[in-house]
Parts: sequence; structure tokens; C-alpha cells
Amino acid sequence: MSTADGDAPLLSVEGLSKTYVSRPGFVARMAGTPDTRVQAVSDVSLQIGRGEILGLIGESGCGKSTLGRTILRLHEPTTGRVTFDGTDVTALDPAAMKAMRRRMQIIFQDPYASLNPRRTVGDIIGLPLRLHRLATSEAELRDRVTEIVERVGLKARAVDLYPHQFSGGQRQRIGIARALVSHPEFIVCDEPVSALDVSIQAQIVQLLLDLKRDMGLTYLFISHDISVIGYMADRVAVMYLGEIVEQGPVERVLSDPRHPYTQSLMSAVPEVHPQGPHKRGRVRLTGDLPSPLNPPSGCKFHTRCPLAIDACRKVTPATEGVGPGHSAACHRLSERLSLLDPDDAPAAP
Amino acid sequence: MSTAAQSPTEAATPAAATSIFRRNMRDFADNRLALVSAVVVVLFVLMALAAPLVAPHDPNATDLFRRLQPPAWMEGGSWSYPLGADALGRDILSRIIYGTRISIFIGAAVILVATTIGILAGLAAGYLRGWTDVAISRLVDILLGFPYLIFAIGLMAMMGPGLVNIILALAYKEWVIPCRVVRGETLVTRELEYVEAARALGASRGHIMLREILPNILSPVIVVSTIRMAHVIILEASLSFLGLGVQPPTASWGAMVADGRAFILESWWVSTFPGVAILLLVLAINVASQGLRDAFDPRFSE
Repeated sequence: MSTADGDAPLLSVEGLSKTYVSRPGFVARMAGTPDTRVQAVSDVSLQIGRGEILGLIGESGCGKSTLGRTILRLHEPTTGRVTFDGTDVTALDPAAMKAMRRRMQIIFQDPYASLNPRRTVGDIIGLPLRLHRLATSEAELRDRVTEIVERVGLKARAVDLYPHQFSGGQRQRIGIARALVSHPEFIVCDEPVSALDVSIQAQIVQLLLDLKRDMGLTYLFISHDISVIGYMADRVAVMYLGEIVEQGPVERVLSDPRHPYTQSLMSAVPEVHPQGPHKRGRVRLTGDLPSPLNPPSGCKFHTRCPLAIDACRKVTPATEGVGPGHSAACHRLSERLSLLDPDDAPAAP
Repeated sequence: MSTAAQSPTEAATPAAATSIFRRNMRDFADNRLALVSAVVVVLFVLMALAAPLVAPHDPNATDLFRRLQPPAWMEGGSWSYPLGADALGRDILSRIIYGTRISIFIGAAVILVATTIGILAGLAAGYLRGWTDVAISRLVDILLGFPYLIFAIGLMAMMGPGLVNIILALAYKEWVIPCRVVRGETLVTRELEYVEAARALGASRGHIMLREILPNILSPVIVVSTIRMAHVIILEASLSFLGLGVQPPTASWGAMVADGRAFILESWWVSTFPGVAILLLVLAINVASQGLRDAFDPRFSE
């Protein structure tokens, strides 16, 4: 299941960075205004084994979506490498990349923006088959589209309708059908349930799990909802300001989070029995996510970290192993502090 | 979303199964004034097509005994020449009917050429960005710097008169209007997730521009093009008025207005009726396109 099995991972990301450069206008440039650089993803390394679900979690704006899109080369990476099933995706020429796209797909967050309003559902789902010439005839194309439409839980007649005739949940099923009709192996799920009603979320999560089992899929599942990640993922990676701060098997990371940022995320999950016997500490992070335009020095989390010491402000912490397949990047890992333990948490200022 | 959204079975009712285009056309039909204007435009088009059947006389046949004959309801007029005759004794009504052909043909041809060029250039500038965008946008800026009519007059002087030359002279600058609309809409649309989805599926740039983006930005382009058609008709009339457009004896509204200039006080009908024809057609196109805009672009509906 995980990379610890010794199999080569299906997807391997090494030192991936994405920097957006925005150049000022001509006059401002002449006046000496420098280019603005936003490092959305910085030096991310992760691996996903075949058939695995890696959950990617973090606040809005931390670079989760950019990471997912850069892996698929929807955005070109600035540095780093993405290897898919032994092939260096970042080095592929356009023709080879097009062929590779059949094998790696994406499901989007907003089911209202992700479907072309002027095309019928059949056109939208049939597009991958047409682009990759996967159907030999119109009849076969229609059969395959109808098959996947029914597989994702819609009626066959949906193919003749337009996206605006469906609800958000149904549209998300259309988006899933489009991603899956070409039988890909790897799917980036970019917050596929965050825009949906809670009651619909559970249905879509279950559908994604069923499809993964039946079609042998591998997911990078991006979310800011810890409970969805906890339910779906095999492993989890926690992202803060473009960096992975903690990574490991989901049961270990969620039950024994080692990075103070992961701990603060965990403490934000509402408890079912707040007065129960295992009352845990609450961490209240102060301030907003710092601007990636001007990221903090040293450990990027030090501006909001209740445990920050001098070293955190100056030195970027290295990623260290803290258990089987479990790693984190923090200067104070060896002290085994936990913000969730009321004894360790510093008193509120 | 609609209530039908709960189940795709319900959603399949005929009323719900209409495309956005049909819904827009229904909105358009609900606007009385716009509908009447559209009918007027259609009548002009029919008149242009059926000119030999509708016109009472040969538009170029002169009759020196009828020089400057007044309209039928005035003293000295006759119902065989309902709107009177010009300085060469030609029937003004017949010449107006034949002149419709020139106005509508040139208007439509210029808009067709200009919109096609404008769409392609605008899509390329807005989607490809980079140096393509810089080159196209700067060219647009330069062309916008020239006064339209003076630019067209200069081109006509260079190329010489003729139907094709008029169309070229006007289309030379006209394409920047749809180009700017298309570029702006493309800049917005290219960032939408369905465009990203098409890229993720491996679609080519051509497919994304023409199949994914273009159908979604066509409404404002159609609206702008119809509004501009009225403008082009006026420009053609202006060129013909100045003697740079359609050459005599071919009937053109602008040239007819110019013909009557010398006798505007004694024989006002020679200039006035072709002028009214220009006014009517341009007004009808403007009001109809206004209605189109309201129906197709929800941002403009009041």
C-alpha cells in the first residue's frame, strides 16, 4: 500500500518548486522596481504508491492546489522533478505529455466553473475519448460515455443535457466521469467536496472510494477538512506556506501529530464530547497566514508558533524521521512537546 | 439551480432542455421595440434581395422631362414616381431600393471580414499572451489612434474606388473593435476551470481557443458586431457622399444625398429621402442590437 512496501512509487515528486514572477510595468521597471516573486510551492518532495490515497492538507492559500496542478504540469514547475511510473514527466515533449495526460487526471473543486456551459454533458465527457482517439466509432464513444455516466450514478439521458440543468453534486459526478472515462491511473482530487453540501459530500466521498477500488486508482486528495482526509487517506502530508511540514501514515499523523502546525490544525477539529475524559488543549493561532510574497525567515511557521525559539527565526529546520514513514520539519521535535497536551502548551499571553 | 436539478429524470422536461441560446432568443422576442426593429431590418434585407421585383423603375433610367419632379403628393408629382425624381430624372424610390443592396451588402461584408479577423486575433492575443499579445495589442492601439473616416478616406485614395476596396478600407480598422472585446473576454475565460480541465485532458491550444473559449464569448461579439454594422453603413454612406465610395451611376444612399446637395432648397426630396432611408435602417439596427445585448448579456439588463 505505502511506499514502505518496497515497490517503486507510482508518483514521485522531488524538490518541486513553483515561483510566480510578476514583472512591473515598463515605467516602473525603468524606475528600478524589482520583479515580484511568489514562491507558491517550495522544495516539496513526496511519493505516492500505486493504489494509495495521499491526503494533502493545509490552509487556503498555502499552495495545495498549485502543488497538485504543478504535478500535472498544468503549471510548469520552476525547479524539481515529477516522475510518474518511471517516466520523468517534467522532461516530456508536448506530444508525449499529451499521451501522458490520459493517465493522470484532475477533479476540480468548483463544479460550476469546471464544466463548459455551452457543451452537453455527453460532449464534455466524450472529449478525452476524442482527444486521445480512444473510441473507433461514434457509437462506441457514446456507449463508453453512457457507461461511465451510469457508473458515477447519473441517468443515461444526462448525456444530452447541459451542465446548468444539474445540481452541484450531480455536476461533480459529471466532472468525475470526465476525469475517469479515459481510464487514468492517477487522479489529483483538488478539494472535490469542499464546495458541496455536507449531505452530498458523503455521497461523493463514497463514490470516489468505490471508483478507486473498482478501477485501481491512486489519488492525491487535496482538502482542508481533516475529517475527510482522516476517512479517506492512507497517508497524509501537511502543507504550510508552500512547504510540507509533516508527512506520514494517516493514523500516526492524526493521533500523534509532531509538528506544532499539525497540532494546531488538530486542535481546531471540533470534539464530539468537549467535556469528555480526554479533554485536550486548545491552540489558538494568532495572525493570518503570512504573505508568500515576503515569507518569514528560518522556519516559516515561527511567526505563529507558540513554541518558537530563537533558532526557529534564523535556521530552516530539516525534515527528520520521527517514526515509520513519518517525518516532520521542526527544531523542537526531540523535546516531544505537544500543544494538545495542556502541560506542554504555553500559557496564553 | 433549478428545482429540476434534484434528479436528471425531471431535468429532461422539454422546457428545461433548451440551450442558453434559445432562452436568450425568447428574452429578445419579449422586447416589443427590439422585435419591431428587427422586423424593419428584415424588411430592408428582403427589399435589397428582391430589388428588381419591388422597384417600379430601372434605377439608372433617366428621363429628362421629369428632372427634379416632386413627390406624388406635391403639385407636379405623379404616383408613377412616388418620391419624385432626381436631377437626371431617375426615380428616387427605385434608387433607394437598389441603394439598400449596397448599404446592407457592404455593412454585412465589412462586419463579416472584421469580426472573423477580430475573433482570431483577439483569441490569439488573449489566450497565447506573451509577444503575440504585445504585437496585436500595440497594432490595435496604433489603429485606434487614427480617426476612422480619415483613415478610410486615405485608403480609398490609395486603392482607388470599387466595391472590394470599400470593404477593405473599412475592415482595415473595423476588426480592432471585435478584437478588443474578444481579447478581454478571453483573458477572463482562459482562467476558468473548464479551460484548465481541457488542458488537463490534453486538448490543443487550437481546440481550447475555438471549441472551449469561443462559444462562451460569442454573445458579446455578436452584440457588438450588430451595433457596429449600423456604424459601418454610415461610414459607407459618408465615403459615397464624398465621392470616394460606390461610383456612379450605381445607386448608393450616400451618393444620392450628395447629388441633391446643390438643389436642397428648391428640390429637398432628392437628398431627404435617401437620408431618411439611412436613418431608418441605422436606427432599426441599433434598437434591435440593443435588444440583443439585453437578451444575451445579463450584465446589461436593467
